[in-house]
Amino acid sequence: MSVNPQSKHDAVVDELYAEAGHWKINTGEEKIHAKRIPGKWRIWKWLASLVWLPFFLVPYLRWDDRQAILFDIPNRQFHLLGVTILPQDFWMLSLLLLFFAILLAVVTALAGRVWCGFFCFQTVWTDIFTWFEEKLEGSPQKRKKLDQGPLTFTKVRVKATKHLIWIVISALTGISFVAWFMDAYQLWADLVSFNLGITAVVTILLFIGGTYGLAGYLREQTCFWLCPYARIQGVMVDNTTAVPTYDFHRGEPRGRVKKGSSEAQRTTGDCVDCNQCVAVCPTGVDIRHGQQEGCITCALCIDACDAVMEKLDRPKGLIRYESLDVLNGKEERPLLKRPRVWVYSLVLLLSVIGIGYGMATLDAIEIKVIHSRQPLYVLQSDGSIQNKYTIKVLNKLTEDLQVTISAPDIEGLVLVGAEDPVTARKGMVTPRTLFVRIPRDKLKVESQPLVFYAETTDSSGKRLSSKRESVFIGPK
Amino acid sequence: MADNNPFPGENNTGHIWDDNLRELDNPAPRWWMIAFWASILWVIGYAILYPMIPGLSGYTKGIMGWTQMGEYKEGLDEVQMVRAEFETKLQGMTAKEILADEGLSSYTVASAKVLFGDNCAACHGSNGQGGPGYPVLADDNWIYGGAVETIEQSITNGRMGIMPAQANLLTDEELDKLAAAVMSGNPAAEPLFMEKACFACHGPDGKGMQALGSANLTDAIWRFNEADQLASVKQTIKHGVNDTSDPLTREAVMPKFGDRLSKDEIKKLAVYVYKFGGGQ
Repeated sequence: MSVNPQSKHDAVVDELYAEAGHWKINTGEEKIHAKRIPGKWRIWKWLASLVWLPFFLVPYLRWDDRQAILFDIPNRQFHLLGVTILPQDFWMLSLLLLFFAILLAVVTALAGRVWCGFFCFQTVWTDIFTWFEEKLEGSPQKRKKLDQGPLTFTKVRVKATKHLIWIVISALTGISFVAWFMDAYQLWADLVSFNLGITAVVTILLFIGGTYGLAGYLREQTCFWLCPYARIQGVMVDNTTAVPTYDFHRGEPRGRVKKGSSEAQRTTGDCVDCNQCVAVCPTGVDIRHGQQEGCITCALCIDACDAVMEKLDRPKGLIRYESLDVLNGKEERPLLKRPRVWVYSLVLLLSVIGIGYGMATLDAIEIKVIHSRQPLYVLQSDGSIQNKYTIKVLNKLTEDLQVTISAPDIEGLVLVGAEDPVTARKGMVTPRTLFVRIPRDKLKVESQPLVFYAETTDSSGKRLSSKRESVFIGPK
Repeated sequence: MADNNPFPGENNTGHIWDDNLRELDNPAPRWWMIAFWASILWVIGYAILYPMIPGLSGYTKGIMGWTQMGEYKEGLDEVQMVRAEFETKLQGMTAKEILADEGLSSYTVASAKVLFGDNCAACHGSNGQGGPGYPVLADDNWIYGGAVETIEQSITNGRMGIMPAQANLLTDEELDKLAAAVMSGNPAAEPLFMEKACFACHGPDGKGMQALGSANLTDAIWRFNEADQLASVKQTIKHGVNDTSDPLTREAVMPKFGDRLSKDEIKKLAVYVYKFGGGQ
């Protein structure tokens, strides 16, 4: 293939200005109106958006006589189907957060900003908002014209409808969020009768404002300038990460298709410089400059490019999921040979094991023992030493329990105050004051360990128990 | 001000230092100006609604009638509302009935802590652990009895036990013998215990009489607990307790609280003391 000196010159010029164009940063002066086109990745995007459907629907599911999943903050109880989790079990939450943090890291290391491009609420809500925008106002060109055009009745009607729909979606978002924290049906009842508490009202209003502002106006500016994850995820990407990539070896030098010219005589690369990849980009970046901060790896440019390539009978995949290493001819490193995959998987596994262990060993009852420190001990008239304890019985079940407290069989030990079982109220901590007496001559050390046991049976006859070590303190 | 502005057309004020440092007269950003005027409106609204501007004889009250004291009192009323349910129940009950109810007695213990701290803790310690010369309330040893009614009575009327000074009635030798017998935990074995009429108050077995408030001499607890216990016992025998004729006598007076505290407060205190662990 002979190289035309003119096209070589053009390519140099292009490259020169491509660099200059790259420095143009989207600071929101111009509103991005992305074109919508059908395609494989578009379908994946809709499917990914479906993960947010449970956010709206799950609060209405019931389990026994209450909400199936309810984060009851005023009562400090967290109901997950049949399980009630109290703040005492919250260490599992840190493992859950660890799990998702590492999941984010591993996915980003392997396939780029999948969260940003497909799952993030900012992306999904913006997608829904612009979908309505397009339905009402038409294609990007029409939208731009409408924005610049005079204030006509049609413009007001269309705009008003759009904003109304946006606000309804925002309100539903806020209400659905609150519904995870209070009974969903009660929430609606309170809402329509104007009896909603101030916290719920403020939360819903904040959500309306936030959703409307972020998805309606700020859009990609959020990803550019507000979102910390966008930056964190950017640095997790390396040369082995498969991200939507423009194959510049194949595409350059780019050149427009001329009518009547034959494919065989073509001197340019596969890129026809149609700018469709830019037109569909929700953040307004040009993927042909390579991976950049504005790219949320939503893969919509792949759909756009593939559609063009198909029309021109050129092979698809000019823009495709590819790592920089492979693009530059290096061999792809198998997943199992990447240390990051191993380290991330190990952490994922550990956190899952931790949560599994926690859920499997959730005790229905738990006791805490507080040794009274003032006075540490009291001499009794028969010469024995008395220690005072407050036993706190936590009952995580939904029924009251009769919990029997006992102490070990130490010679001469007398347990006072545990003759009657403690009525442990459901979902609460019930305290009981106990006294332990041990004859002075039976005490060998100033401070000795003392274990308390709690035992009960629930209404189904299942035996529940818990124990806690404390100390018994005597005179020196 | 420079006569010839070297930087024309950039909207500077003409204040130029060090050749090129100059002050521009650009308007503040719109969002900033909006926030600025909004904050001024806020202050005006605040001044109308809330007390704000001081004058020579007072201050503007604001149309909402809000005061800090008012808010404090509202908060207090809220607390009283919660307590009222328990308090009205407690009024009609005796201390013994309160003790029989676990919920009410834990309410009483929680709410009487302040009462105990204000009135009792100075002598008896913040948790009834006693103090030098003052009895421990957390043990099971009661000079006047550990039933909750008796404790209530002790608080209401106070207590002042009397033990006559024996200094003039005993020889040193007899004093040593008696003190040793008391220390042994079995004073009745010593003939002097009967001869010197100790038994009249402390009982023929030395176990004391709660009706008189005489100490049990056979148990492990000393009413006057000191490092040198033998010297302490001798001191008590020699100079007695609350014996006005002996200037070296021990003073042991529980003041009367019946005229300082209400009946309900005393009832709660009795339950509180009982719950230290020694109540009988």
